[in-house]
Amino acid sequence: MSEDIKKIMFTVRNAPHGTIYVYEGLEVKLIMAAYDADISVVFMDDGVYALKQGQNTDELGIKGFEKTYGVFVDYEIENVYVDRKSMEDRGMTVDDLLVIGEDEDTEEPIKPKVIDSSEIAAMMAEQHNIMSF
Amino acid sequence: MKLAVCIYEGPYNHEASDSAYHFIKAAIDKGHEIRGIFFYHDGVYNVTKLMEPPQDDRHISNRWSELGATGIDIVVCIAAAKRRGIVDDVLVDNVRISGLGQLTMMAIEADRMVTFGD
Amino acid sequence: MLHTVNKSPFQNNTLESCQKFITSGDIILLIEDGVYGAMAGSAKSAIVEGAIKSGTEVYALSSDLKARAITNLIDGVQITDYAGFVDFVEKHKTHSWL
Repeated sequence: MSEDIKKIMFTVRNAPHGTIYVYEGLEVKLIMAAYDADISVVFMDDGVYALKQGQNTDELGIKGFEKTYGVFVDYEIENVYVDRKSMEDRGMTVDDLLVIGEDEDTEEPIKPKVIDSSEIAAMMAEQHNIMSF
Repeated sequence: MKLAVCIYEGPYNHEASDSAYHFIKAAIDKGHEIRGIFFYHDGVYNVTKLMEPPQDDRHISNRWSELGATGIDIVVCIAAAKRRGIVDDVLVDNVRISGLGQLTMMAIEADRMVTFGD
Repeated sequence: MLHTVNKSPFQNNTLESCQKFITSGDIILLIEDGVYGAMAGSAKSAIVEGAIKSGTEVYALSSDLKARAITNLIDGVQITDYAGFVDFVEKHKTHSWL
């Protein structure tokens, strides 16, 4: 990737549905993916709940977006991370996480990568800008 | 240095708009360039001219309009605005409605992006 | 990195959470209700005390402290103003812990 492509990180720290932050933040990611930027998305704290599979907002009448996460890889949003401690603190494991796409060749489902906060901190330091969504 | 500022919360209800304003004023005083100001989420309510606060309080939308008059690009997200009933007709002067592509360009072109919200 | 925190540590875990992502040379700036985290003698003072002990510089925004009548600061917490805030942003990439 060329040097002048900027690294932009999104941090998702809110739970879904209770507030609109996660949903509107998702709209930003989908738009930004169309531009020349090296995007990464990190789910931490309550943001991890946004990745829980099996969400159904039909009875709330609120627009759900679990399916949209499912096309992240199609949008070339492939650097998707989960803070391990945030996930474990919430009693969740990788099995609870939804799928963000599938491997082009093997058709294997792709899940967000679970990493340690120290790795996230190191990635944060490399960014051009970080947006809280 | 080129700075961009995002504001996510509505006026008066939350301090975010005030914090952002004071930060931007201080940045301008120090000679920095404000690459743009972007209102998102309930932040879109900050720039309606229908706002009429008591006279002994700050007038938040006028404040943003005055900053816009100095040539700073102040953008309200169209998707967030439409969702909340904010349209061109109710905007103060020197502010424009546009898409998330503008936010993207700010994030790419600004040396620093600072966000104020809840 | 500059980490801005705007929540009271009694309201949620933002102040605590941000510490996991601090690396050497990072700065924490407490603004808005975040400045309550800078108060000495509270049940949550240990969070900022710990950060300072581990070498992180912690600042609180003067106008937010004044607005909330906070005068008894934890030892080692430094006070800055909006001009100082801008200088931090100039020196560091910023993450707002919203």
